[in-house]
Amino acid sequence: MIPYLLRRSAFLLVSFFIAMVAIFVLLRLLPGDPSNALLSVTATPEQIAAAQAQVGADRSVLEQFSTWLAQLIRFDLGESFISSLPVWPEIAGRLAVTVPLTLMAFGLALVISIVAGLVSAIKSDRWYGILISGVSQLGVAVPVFWVGILLVSLFSIGLRWLPSSGFPRDDWAHPTDALRSLTLPVITVALVMSASLTRYVRSATLDVLGSDYLRSARAQGSGHTEALWRHGLRNGAVPVIAILGIELATTFLGAVVVESVFSLPGLGSMLLKAIQQHDYPNIQGVLVVSTLVVLLIGFFGDVAQRLVDPRLRVSLSATR
Amino acid sequence: MKKNMAFVALGLATTLLLAGCASGQDSSSVSAQDATIEIGSLYEPQNLSNFGGGGQGVTEAFNGNVYEGLYQLTDDGSVQPLLAKSNTVSENGLVYTFTLQDGVIFHSGKALTSTDVKGSIEAVLADDSQSARKSSFGAITSIETPDDSTVVVTLAERSISFVYNLSYIWIINADATDLETTEDGTGPYTLDEWKRGSALSLIRFDDYWADPAANEKAVFNYFTDATALSNALLTGEVDIVTSVQSPDALSQFIDNADYVVNDGDSTTKEILVFNDRIAPFDNVDVRKAIYSAIDTKKLLNSIWGDYGTLIGSMVPPTDPWYEDLTQVNPYDPELSKTLLASGGQPNGFEFTLDTPSYDPHPIVAEFLKSELAKVGVTVNINTISSDEWYTKVYKTQDFTATLQEHVNDRDVVWYGNPDFYWGYDNPQVSTWVAEAEAAITTDEQTAKLKQVNEQIAQDAASVWLYLYPQIVVASSDVKGYPVNGLNSQFFVYDIVTN
Repeated sequence: MIPYLLRRSAFLLVSFFIAMVAIFVLLRLLPGDPSNALLSVTATPEQIAAAQAQVGADRSVLEQFSTWLAQLIRFDLGESFISSLPVWPEIAGRLAVTVPLTLMAFGLALVISIVAGLVSAIKSDRWYGILISGVSQLGVAVPVFWVGILLVSLFSIGLRWLPSSGFPRDDWAHPTDALRSLTLPVITVALVMSASLTRYVRSATLDVLGSDYLRSARAQGSGHTEALWRHGLRNGAVPVIAILGIELATTFLGAVVVESVFSLPGLGSMLLKAIQQHDYPNIQGVLVVSTLVVLLIGFFGDVAQRLVDPRLRVSLSATR
Repeated sequence: MKKNMAFVALGLATTLLLAGCASGQDSSSVSAQDATIEIGSLYEPQNLSNFGGGGQGVTEAFNGNVYEGLYQLTDDGSVQPLLAKSNTVSENGLVYTFTLQDGVIFHSGKALTSTDVKGSIEAVLADDSQSARKSSFGAITSIETPDDSTVVVTLAERSISFVYNLSYIWIINADATDLETTEDGTGPYTLDEWKRGSALSLIRFDDYWADPAANEKAVFNYFTDATALSNALLTGEVDIVTSVQSPDALSQFIDNADYVVNDGDSTTKEILVFNDRIAPFDNVDVRKAIYSAIDTKKLLNSIWGDYGTLIGSMVPPTDPWYEDLTQVNPYDPELSKTLLASGGQPNGFEFTLDTPSYDPHPIVAEFLKSELAKVGVTVNINTISSDEWYTKVYKTQDFTATLQEHVNDRDVVWYGNPDFYWGYDNPQVSTWVAEAEAAITTDEQTAKLKQVNEQIAQDAASVWLYLYPQIVVASSDVKGYPVNGLNSQFFVYDIVTN
C-alpha cells in the first residue's frame, strides 16, 4: 500500500503542476486586457498606461509566470488587481461558505440516494420502486437554478420559513443563522445531486442482486438481508465510490450556480466576478485552490476504493 | 420505505426548527433613530477608492454617506455647499477662495483642515491618478492654504463648472492610508464592515459635524442575480432596492400596498454610437437616415414598458441645458430612405455593430437590425465583452458603430472633444463647449450648451435611443430615500422606518 501511496502522490503533484501551467496560459489567451477594469470611459492615454503597469500587463508572460510560481511556492496567491487585497484571505472567507455547503449537500444527497437507490432496486417490481426510479430519471434533467427558484418561492416567499438569499455577515458566529441561510441551497444541490446518485446506487444494487455470488450465498443458507449485507454491500460500493469522488468534485465546482441563485458569498461567485473583470490573481487563486481540492478528492477516492476492493490491490501486485 | 419516510420527516423537522429560530430583529421594537436600513443592490464595490476600478458601487455606498465633498450634487441635480461654508470668486473668475465649515472631524478623530482639501484635490491631479475626473481639473494652476479653514485655488482660465466638478472630489484625511480597504471621511456614517461578496454596512458617526443620520445603520446587501434581489425584497430581507434593471420584476410590486415603486430621473443614456470619422458615418445625411429609421418609442416600450424617457440629444432633463429635441430626427422610414439617397447610399449598406454582451445591448442590437433592414441597411451584430469593448472601441477606436450606456450627468461636453472615441469633430461645437466653460454666468453657459445640444442633434452625432428610468422599489415601511439615480449616488442618511 505504501509504494502505491507514494506513486499516487507523485502523480498528484505532477497533475497539479500541469494544471497550474494550463490555468496560467489559458487565462492569457483570453481576449481583453485586465487593466480595463480599472479604467473609466474618460481615461487618458497616461491613465491607461499606468493601469497596465499596475497589473503587470507590460511584462512578458514568462516573467509573469515565474513571479507567480515563485509566490505560489511560498504559499502566496498574490493580490487582486482590482481590490489590491491579498487573494488568500478572501478565498479562505469564501471557503467557509462553499465547503459546508458542498459537504452538507453531499451528505444529504448520499443519504437520499442510498435509501432511494436501494429501495428502488430491491423493490423494483413495486409501484414505489418504479416511482423512485422515474422521479430520479426526471431529476437528472432538472437544472439546479430551477430547483433553487422553486424552493425559494415555496419556502421563502410563500411560507416565509427561511431566508431567500444571503449569508450572515458574521459568518458562523451564530451557527443557527448560518445554517438557516444554507438550508435551501443545501437542499437544492442535494436534490439534484441525489437524482443521478440514486441511478448509480440503483444500478449497482441491481447488478449485485443478479450476481452469482449472491445466489451462491443464498444457496448456502444465508438470508436475503444477510447475504446483501455481507456480500452485496462491498461489491456494490466499489462502482459507487468511484462515482462519489467525481460527484463531490462536481458539486464543489458547480457551486457557482447555486451561489448566484442564493446570493451566497462563496468561491463560485468570487470566480464568476473575477472572470468578468479579468482579475487574474483572483481567478488563478480560486482555480489553484479548487484544482487542489479536486485532485485531493480524486486521491482519497482512489485510496478508499482500494481499501474496499482487495482485487485492485492484488491485480496491481500481480502486474508488478 | 419506512426509513425513507422517517428521513423525510427528519428533514422537514429540521427545516421547521431552523425556520423557527428567528434571526432578524423585529424592526417595530426599535425606535426610528436606532433602525437598521437594509438596502439591496447589484453593484458591489470592487475596492473602496473612487480612483480606480471601484466602480459605481463605491459611489453608491460612500458618496455623501461616508465621504463628502466641498460641494454636493443633490438628488434633484442642483449643486449645494457641503464642507465649503462659502466661497468667493475674484473679478477675473480665476481665483476661488473657499471657507471650510467649522467643527468638521474625520472618522479617525482628526479635525478637517485646508491641508486635507489641498491633498484631496492634488490626489486627483497626480500623474499616476486613475481618477475619471482628472481631466475636468486641467485648469488648476495652484492650491494654497493661507490658514486652516481657507483654501485658495487659482485657475489658468475661467471654468464655470469648477464648483460643480468639486462635488466629485471626496475630501479625505491627508494622513490616511489603505484607502482601498478602509476609509477616513467626514460623512454621517463610518464604515462598519465590508464582507466581500455579501454586504457593506455603514454605522452612524456620532461626532458628525451637521445633523446626524436619521437611522443608526445602513447595510448595502449585494446580489449578482436580479431575481434573488426581488425575492429578498418580497421576503423582507431588504427594505429598498436601489436600482431595478429590468421591468420584469416590477409586476410583483406595482399595485401592491406593501411596496412603493418610484419612477425617478436617471442620467443614463442608451446610445447608438457611430464612428463619425469613417465612411459611411462621416456623412451627416447617412447618420440622420439611421436615426429616422429607428422607432425609439417602440424600442423603449419593448425594453422598459411604461418607464424611461425619450431624448433627442445627449442631455437628460435634469441637466440645466435640457430642451426637448426629440423631433429633430423624427421616426420616418420614408425620410430615412431619402436621406440615404442624398447621403450617397441609395441602395443601403452594411455595417458591423459592436455590441456589449450584457443587458440591454443585445436586445437593442436585434431591434436596430430589424428596423434598419426595413430601409435596406444590413446590421451585422458583433457581440463583445465589456472588456473587449474597452480595448477595441474605446482605446483603439477600431469600430464602425457600437452600443453603449453613458451614465454621467452634464456629459454633453464630450462632443466638444474630437479625440473622443466617437470622433465627432465639429470645430463650432468645440468652440461653444470651450466658451461655455469660460462663461461668466450660468445663463451664458446654459445658452452655449443649448447651442451644442441643438447642433449635435442636427448633425445626428450619435443616436440617443432613450434615457434609462431610475426605479427604486421600497417597502412602504420606509421613507426618506433618494429617488433619482444621479451619478449612481444613494444618500441613506434621511431614511427612516415608519
